[in-house]
Amino acid sequence: MLFTVLTGLITSSLLIPFGKFIKTKWSIVLPFIPVFLFIFYLLQVSSVASGINFVQHISWVPSLGVNFDFRLDGLSLLFALLITGIGSGIFFYGRTYLKGHPYFDRFFGYLLLFMSAMLGVVLANNIITLFIFWELTSISSFFLIGFNNDNKDSRKSAITALSITGIGGFFLLAGLLLLGNIAETFIISELIDRRDIIINHSLYPLFVGLIFLGAFTKSAQFPFHFWLPGAMKAPTPVSAYLHSATMVKAGIYLLARFTPILGNTDFWNYTLMIVGGITMIYAAVHSLFRIDLKGILAYSTISALGILTFLLGLGTKDAIIAASVFILVHALYKATLFMVTGIIDHETHTRDITQLAGLRKVLFPVFIAALLAALSSAGLPLTFGFIGKDLIYEATLHYANNWALWLTILAVATNTALVAAGFMAGVKPFVGKLPTQFEKIHLPYSSMWLPPLILGVLGIVFGCMPGMIGDIFNHRAADSIFGAETEMHLKIWHGFNTVLILSLCTLAAGTLLYLFNKPSAAKLNAVERLNNISPQHIILKLASLVERFSTAYTNNVHDGFLRSYHFKIIVFAELLLAYKLWLSGPIQIDFEKLTPITWYEIAFVLILIGAVYLIVTTKSRLTSVVSTSVIGYCICLIFVFYSAPDLAMTQFTIDTLTTVLFVLVLYKLPGFINFAKKGVQIRDAIVALGFGVIISLIMLKVLYEPTTTEISDFYGENSYLLAKGKNVVNVILVDFRGIDTMFETVVLSIAALGVYSLIKLRLKSSEKE
Amino acid sequence: MKSAILQTASRYLLPILLLFSFFLLLRGHYYPGGGFVGGLVASIAFVLHSFAHGTENTMKILRYKPLSLIPIGLGISALSVVAPMIAGLPPMTGLWFEEPIPVIGMIGSALFFDIGVYLVVIGVVLTILFTISLND
Repeated sequence: MLFTVLTGLITSSLLIPFGKFIKTKWSIVLPFIPVFLFIFYLLQVSSVASGINFVQHISWVPSLGVNFDFRLDGLSLLFALLITGIGSGIFFYGRTYLKGHPYFDRFFGYLLLFMSAMLGVVLANNIITLFIFWELTSISSFFLIGFNNDNKDSRKSAITALSITGIGGFFLLAGLLLLGNIAETFIISELIDRRDIIINHSLYPLFVGLIFLGAFTKSAQFPFHFWLPGAMKAPTPVSAYLHSATMVKAGIYLLARFTPILGNTDFWNYTLMIVGGITMIYAAVHSLFRIDLKGILAYSTISALGILTFLLGLGTKDAIIAASVFILVHALYKATLFMVTGIIDHETHTRDITQLAGLRKVLFPVFIAALLAALSSAGLPLTFGFIGKDLIYEATLHYANNWALWLTILAVATNTALVAAGFMAGVKPFVGKLPTQFEKIHLPYSSMWLPPLILGVLGIVFGCMPGMIGDIFNHRAADSIFGAETEMHLKIWHGFNTVLILSLCTLAAGTLLYLFNKPSAAKLNAVERLNNISPQHIILKLASLVERFSTAYTNNVHDGFLRSYHFKIIVFAELLLAYKLWLSGPIQIDFEKLTPITWYEIAFVLILIGAVYLIVTTKSRLTSVVSTSVIGYCICLIFVFYSAPDLAMTQFTIDTLTTVLFVLVLYKLPGFINFAKKGVQIRDAIVALGFGVIISLIMLKVLYEPTTTEISDFYGENSYLLAKGKNVVNVILVDFRGIDTMFETVVLSIAALGVYSLIKLRLKSSEKE
Repeated sequence: MKSAILQTASRYLLPILLLFSFFLLLRGHYYPGGGFVGGLVASIAFVLHSFAHGTENTMKILRYKPLSLIPIGLGISALSVVAPMIAGLPPMTGLWFEEPIPVIGMIGSALFFDIGVYLVVIGVVLTILFTISLND
C-alpha cells in the first residue's frame, strides 16, 4: 500500500524538473495515475468485503514508535476508493479546465501531493503517520486555495484556511500524543484493545477535546466552518475534490476511525451531536441565502459534514450505517454539482444564480448530470440519496431517548433546506429562458462534462441496487466504525412506514422552499449584516489582536542593536541563574578541594585585570581589540596550566585569527564618537559584575557537589579500544561525537557563505530599485 | 604592510607552518592536535603571508578561491561518514587498515573525516578574512 502513497508523491516531485514537458500533450498521462490507483483498490474490494484486512509495516523511526504502518479495512477502502475514483474524474476534468494555464504543472503537482497525503491519512495505522499526512493535506490545500496567487482574496483565504486547519492540527497532535502515551502504543488497531484503559483515564476529556478540535477545524464544523466558503477561491476542480469530496471529510474519517476507540461515552456522543446538529442546521439555512453557486455548494457541504458528525454522535448501529452510506452519497452528488458549477463558470464567466437561466439548451449533457445530482441530493426514490436520507431518519427516529422527536425534526429541517439548495445549484441555472448573452455558449470538451455525468449516473445506478453497493462499499466500512458486525443490508423499499412519509415530506417541503425562496443580492446583504456576531468575525478579530501583539513585541524587543540584545540575554540569564541558586539553598565552599595558588597564577590574573581595565577605559578601538586578545591568551595559559593542550592550542589560534578579523573590520570603521551616558555605563557595570559573581558562585557550588566521572571514564577506557585513538579529545570529536562535528563544519560553512554573499554579492545601487 | 623582515620571514614561514599544520592534523588521533587546530594553523600561515605580501598575492599562491575548499572538505567528511554503509555497517563506523603506514601511522576513516574538517576550516577562515580584507 505504501506504493500507492508514493506514486503520487514521486510523480509530484518529478513535475519540478519535467514541468514543461507535462504542459504539452503528454499531460494525458496525469489522469491515469489516479485511475491506476483506483483499479488497484477496486481489486482489493472482494477480499476486504470478506473481512480480510491488509497490514503493512515499514520501519521509519522504530525507537520512537513512529513507523509507516498501513492497514486497509472497510473504512480505509471506502475512502481510498473515493479519493482515487473521484480523483480520476477530477484529473480528467482539471486537465481540460486548466488547459494552457501557465501554472498547469504546478497545479497537478499540488493535486498529486494532496492525493498521496489523503491516501496516507486514510491508510495510516499509526497515529503519528496519520498526523503527518494530515498536515500534508492542509499544506497542499493551502497551495491550491492560493493557486491564483495574484489575487489578494485568494491569498487571504488560503492563509485563513491554513491557520484554522493548522491550529486544529496542532491541537490534534497534542491529543494524539497524549492518547498514545496513555495507551502506550501509537498503532490504531492496538488502541482498540486498550479502550478500557483509555476511556477510564482521568485525562479522557482533555485529549478527546483536543482531537475534536482537530477534526472540527478540518471538517469545517461550527464555529470553525468559515474557512470553507473562503476556500472556494480555489479553481473549481479543487473545490470539487478537496473541499467537498475528500479533504474536508478527513475530520469525519478521524472521528469515524476513533469511534471504536474513544466513542460511546456521554462526552463523545453529546459533543458530536451538539456540534454536528448546530453545524448542519446553521449551514443549511445559510446556503439558502447565497447567490454564488459555489457559495451555495460550500454551505451545503458544511451542512452535510454536520450531518455526518451528528450521525457519528448518535453512535447507534443505525446511525453508523447511515453515516457510512451518506459519505458516499454526498461525495457523488456534491462532486458532480461542483464540476457542473465549474463548467458553467468556465463557459459563462459568472456563478451568480440570479443571472443564470436556461442553460439546458446549450449545455444539455451538463444539465443531465446536474439534474441527476440534484435529485440524488433531494433524495428522490430510486436515487442513492433516497437510501441515504432514509437511513438518517431511521437513525434519528430509533434513537432510544426522549429526544428522538426533536432530533428527527432537526434532521428534516436540515434536509429540507438541503433539497432546496441542491435544486438551486443543480436545476435553477438550467431552467427558464436563456438570456441572449449566453446563446453563443457551446459545449466544452467531453473530458469536462463526462466525469460529472458519470458520477451523476452512478448516483442513480447505486440507488437502484443499494443491496449490492452496500455490501461492496459500505458494509465493512460501517463495521470498522461500529467496531462490531453491523449486519447491514440496504434495500430500495422499506415498506410504507414513517421513514418513507418523512422522506416524501422533506422532498415536497424542499421543492416548495426552492420555488418560493428567491435568493437575491438584497437578501444576501441583509444576512451579511449579522456578520458582526458570526464566529468568523470573532475569530478574525482575535487573529488581528495576535498580529498586533506580535508587531508590538517585535518593535519593542528586537530593536536591532547588538548591545541591547546582549543586555537582554545576559539579564535574563542572570535572573534565571540567580533564582535557581537561591532555590538550591546556601552555598558552601570546600576549601580543601581548592588547589593552592601559585605566584604565576597571581601574575596572569593581574594581567587579566589590567586588560579588562584597559578595555573599559580606552578610547581607541584598536586598544580594546588588543586587550581582548590579551585576555584570550591568558585563558590559553590557564588551559596550559591545567593540562588541556588541545584546548589551549585551539584557543590560541582562534584568538589570533579573531584579532586579525577584528582589525580588518575595525580598520574600516570610524573612531569612537558617541560614548554611552554615565547612567548606562553604571547599569552595564552592574549587569556585568552580577554575571561574574553568579558564574563564580556556580563554579564554587559545582566544586562542592560530588562529581561523577562516568562519562569521562567511558571515553578514557574506550577511546583506544573502540576507536584506536590515544587522544581522547580528538577521538570524541572525530568518532564518538562525529556527527556533531560534521554538522558543526556545515554551520561554519554556512557562516562563511553568509559573509561571502553579504559582502561580495551586494546589490548595486541601481539594482536596489 | 611593507616590511622587508616580515616579507622574507613569511616566505619561509608559510611552508613551515603548513607542514606543521599537517603534522598537527596527522598526529591528532594520538597526541594533542587534530583537523580543527591544524586547519587554523594553516589559515594563520596564509594570513601571515597576506599581511606581508598583500591579500592579492596570497590569493595568487592559492590559485583557487578558498571558498572552493569548503565543498571539497565537506565532501570528504561526508564520504567518510557514508563509506562504512557500503560495507553494510552503520554510518560513521571506524574502518582501519590493518598495518600502519610508515611516517603517517595508522590510517582509518577517522583520519579522512579529520582531513575534511581541516579543509573546511581553512576554507571558512580564509573566505571570511579575505572577503573582508579585499572589500573596498
